[in-house]
Amino acid sequence: MTQAFLNIDKVTKSYGAVRVLNETDIAVQQGEFLVLVGPSGCGKSTLLNMIAGLEQISSGEVSINGRVVNDVPPADRNIAMVFQSYALYPNMTVRGNISFSMEMHKVPKAERDKKIAAVAELLQITHLLDRKPGQLSGGQRQRVAMGRALTRDPDVFLFDEPLSNLDAKLRVDMRTEIKKLHQKLGTTIVYVTHDQVEALTLSTRIAVMFGGDVQQLGTPDEVYNNPANMFVAGFMGSPAMNLFPAELIELNGAVGVKVTTAGGYITLPFPHGADLHGQIGREIVLGIRPESMTDPESADHDSSCLEHVDLPVELVETTGADSFVTILLGGKECIGRFRAKSAATAGQLTHVTFDMSRAVAFDPKTELRLA
Amino acid sequence: MTLRPARIGLYALLALFCIYYLLPLYVMLVNSVKPLSEINSGGMMNLPGEWTLAPWRNAWSEAQVGVAATGLRPYFLNSFLMVIPAVAIASVLGALNGYVLTKWRFRGDTLLFGLMLFGCFIPFQIVLIPMARSLGFLNISGTVTGLVFVHVVYGISFSTLYFRNYYAAFPTELVRAAEIDGAGFFTIFWRILLPNSGPIAVVCVIWLFTNIWNDFLFGASFSDFDSQPMTVALNNLVQSSTGEKEYNVHFAGAIMAALPTLLVYIVAGRFFVRGLMSGSVKG
Repeated sequence: MTQAFLNIDKVTKSYGAVRVLNETDIAVQQGEFLVLVGPSGCGKSTLLNMIAGLEQISSGEVSINGRVVNDVPPADRNIAMVFQSYALYPNMTVRGNISFSMEMHKVPKAERDKKIAAVAELLQITHLLDRKPGQLSGGQRQRVAMGRALTRDPDVFLFDEPLSNLDAKLRVDMRTEIKKLHQKLGTTIVYVTHDQVEALTLSTRIAVMFGGDVQQLGTPDEVYNNPANMFVAGFMGSPAMNLFPAELIELNGAVGVKVTTAGGYITLPFPHGADLHGQIGREIVLGIRPESMTDPESADHDSSCLEHVDLPVELVETTGADSFVTILLGGKECIGRFRAKSAATAGQLTHVTFDMSRAVAFDPKTELRLA
Repeated sequence: MTLRPARIGLYALLALFCIYYLLPLYVMLVNSVKPLSEINSGGMMNLPGEWTLAPWRNAWSEAQVGVAATGLRPYFLNSFLMVIPAVAIASVLGALNGYVLTKWRFRGDTLLFGLMLFGCFIPFQIVLIPMARSLGFLNISGTVTGLVFVHVVYGISFSTLYFRNYYAAFPTELVRAAEIDGAGFFTIFWRILLPNSGPIAVVCVIWLFTNIWNDFLFGASFSDFDSQPMTVALNNLVQSSTGEKEYNVHFAGAIMAALPTLLVYIVAGRFFVRGLMSGSVKG
């Protein structure tokens, strides 16, 4: 295998006896947009800081562009970082902030000015160059922080939750801009966030992290549709994937599942479960995404395995575009994504269509994917 | 807005306190600009019958201080030669300590800070003899340099305390960003930390300036005739007058001695409270 552009090889991090990052291997190709996503304390920021050189690597190796950088100070790694708080120097103007790094690297004044002008143009902050960070709005500060990073033509861009200080609307706008910027520049990016929507929209690959381990590394599509375990299934997607207990049964000569409902039980075919034929009767955890549990009209009619069932509705929440319909399955409250105009009403039976071609199964004990 | 009786009472009380606090200054001022005969004939509170600046001139350049009739002028200069370098060095070292203790943490840093804090509580008298030996060893006893040294050593505890607590609330991400930008240890200190230390620097400077300027014990213990600070000279002025006590000259000298600290407060005072409060409230 060819050497990856940014290679994280058996990297761990411990503080004394406490290990915050277990052995991690990630190979990032040039031009990739890798998002590290996970709840707080999962080790994602630690990993990013080790790539940046802001924290010592306890064991293992990080290499950038073919060079091992374990003992290279941050300034010499040819990286740029955008921080959560933007970390703009409050005593300097926007121009000073953008210029600082080049000054430190002894770039001649004329070249600095040219670069500042180019970056300011790119990010549309030319009119802000002589202001202090304190006089800027959140979105403007965000741009300046990116501008500062851009002047360095880095091998790798590091983003540490850059959008989490912005309000909801601005966050969506800036998200789009970061994506555009990546498309335009094609620089390798490692981006840390706890927001799975950001992860899915921005990345070319996602590393879902939890408890100091990478739970799954894959494209957004893989992570979303083929979660490796129950944590990934429950973390990615909003609302999260419905996870509820079921029993493997024999159904019309193939594998099916039996699920208890508010009024009794239903049986559904389970095409992915063909390999589990030897384990009929086994308890599993079934995972179905809200959009695969919907009203008959919104179901994906290209699917190879649609099943229609009548089920009692517990609760209906309208969000404008969709209605989230709560249904009891296997004793758990599960959410189906229905059309806003659907006739589902709390306390009454409604038609529910399951897209069983997209259902997945997990082992209730190990929480790992079965099928 | 109408003035309710309670509010009128409040203002009256405040005015009373104002008078109470300003009275000594008033007495000093009026008596420093009248001839001695007027003071001796009683009526300390009266305005001068005959205004004169002679006591001020006398205290500044003619009065007998110790053995020489030089006035306070040379000692005033001594005090400045002592206080300016002492405040500058102690503040910069304190800032540097605070920077290291918060942004470049190392094993045992809390303990070290605790020990430095301890320095704030050591009474001056305890160190007199060891300090005298040290100054002798360094060959700077009886000089202004020696006094600067003593005050720097004492000042570092306080300046470290101030700056450490201020920098503890200073966003570490800024330091990290500067590191990635390629700035080294001292560059970060000079270009990022210090320019953002305005309020606490003011607090530190006011505190050190006032303490060092007003210090008498070290000044009296570690100086020779030609290196005495203002406070010691003022004492000598008051003690060494032969015959009649020239109260008007003493008052003028005392005001002179207090003037620099007063000036520092007036110029920088409005930052003082702001600086003391910063860090306690975010933003």
